[in-house]
Amino acid sequence: MRDHLPNSTAATPATNACHRQTCAVLIVGGGPAGIAAAVTASAAGLATVLIDEGLAPGGQIWRGSTVTSPGTAGYWLRALTASSVTVLSRGRVVAHPEPGTVMCETPDGPLVITYRRAVLCPGARELFLPFPGWTLPGVSGAGGLQALMKGGLPVADKRVVIAGTGPLLLAVARSLGQAGARIELLADQAPAAQVRRFALSLWRHPGKALQALTLAPQALRLQHDTWVLRAEGGQHLEQVVITRRGRQETIACDYLACGFGLIPNTELPALFGCRIDQGRVVVDDLLRSSRQDVLCAGEVIGIGGVDAALIEGRLAGHVAAEQITQAGALLRARAGIRAFAELIERGFALRPELKQLAAPDVLLCRCEDVTAGAVAACHSWREARLLTRCGMGTCQGRICGAAARFLHGWNSTTARPPLQPTSLDHLRLPQPDQSVLQETHP
Amino acid sequence: MPELAGLVSLLIDGRVVNVPAGITVAAALARAGALAIRRSRTGEPRGALCGMGICHECRAEIDGVLHQRTCQVPCGDGMRIQTDA
Repeated sequence: MRDHLPNSTAATPATNACHRQTCAVLIVGGGPAGIAAAVTASAAGLATVLIDEGLAPGGQIWRGSTVTSPGTAGYWLRALTASSVTVLSRGRVVAHPEPGTVMCETPDGPLVITYRRAVLCPGARELFLPFPGWTLPGVSGAGGLQALMKGGLPVADKRVVIAGTGPLLLAVARSLGQAGARIELLADQAPAAQVRRFALSLWRHPGKALQALTLAPQALRLQHDTWVLRAEGGQHLEQVVITRRGRQETIACDYLACGFGLIPNTELPALFGCRIDQGRVVVDDLLRSSRQDVLCAGEVIGIGGVDAALIEGRLAGHVAAEQITQAGALLRARAGIRAFAELIERGFALRPELKQLAAPDVLLCRCEDVTAGAVAACHSWREARLLTRCGMGTCQGRICGAAARFLHGWNSTTARPPLQPTSLDHLRLPQPDQSVLQETHP
Repeated sequence: MPELAGLVSLLIDGRVVNVPAGITVAAALARAGALAIRRSRTGEPRGALCGMGICHECRAEIDGVLHQRTCQVPCGDGMRIQTDA
């Protein structure tokens, strides 16, 4: 692995000095899929660049893991370090002005990367659903609170309510509990019978059943048919009102961690021109998107967890290197993992009552403070944007767009450059004489 | 939790706060008692939501640069943070 360094021969570069980099394979996203794709492509002899937003490779799931970590995370981080992949941490793609070229923001300033093939592994984010009080400080995502905690947020002796749906809640409860948080409630909206059917179907996936056993202490505390009706407080969260199997209760708490499942981050592939359907990128068996030079792997093609991401990352790496035999050898394993992911999706489907929590006076768009009522009369996401400014704020609709898809069934992926707010320096293609050329060789 | 190598000093809204090195600015703000990091367009208090740089709710001014996502920025010694900017 090579860390990207500014060209030391350049005399104090002006702030707008733009670097250039050329590679055979560009990987965007440094989670399990991106790491596996990068290591595989690089092992095949291709000049490979991995650009990732995080402080270090690992993605959301391996945040804070290092080469010395045990298990799968340590294995892949060591493989990446031993490889000749050029890793650009704290870097992000902001624009894709033409096929084969991306404009990026890095700690060293603007960077233009030209590539022959791209593997996009932007992962997933949490689905947030609006309910009264969801904008209060102290209300966060479930994975969100876990990420904040890994970043140093103190949770010891804090009273935490964890609510939403799906297996992630159990994992969050475990790590918060280990850090000394007081879990006041662990609630899943799914009906008990639905989750029981899911648990019974685990026998077909013995590896997963074993993993599930490690979360058994949390599973025993889990309340089914239970969800948050509203969060209350002045300047920050003070208590939540929940419904537990039809009965209302009030629970005082410092943090509310809400997790309603994960949704693919489709904005980056949309920017590359990949076809998106049902909120995920459409790919063929070899993970090729509708754009010939762009492959996608991991959560962005359907929520499947770390096992699917690793297999798909390797698959995409082989396909990018035109190693079709090696790629074909992974197809069966991938199919098994994907079948498990579909079980989870069915087992934790969201109940329709959750839509009623987005009452007319509840904010839907947190950036522009647009209420759910203001967009209720609109017929499409586009109309809501034009008439109410919903989804037009700083997050560019990443939070409310997904909520609007759940509430109204709207197709709400919008992507236009810049993908994230950035400075103008990052949106100007350099003239050849202004740029600092940096070639990447394997 | 990232590796902690001693303490760093920050200036949060003009007040000196010592926090473990390596934690994020969002975490430092919470330690300093500021769960509400900014005001929304209509003046509501807001704090970190997604924890992973997507929602932009935790943004603050850091070393004179506006709109920095505090959950994504590690604390550096002498950093100046202005909430509600």
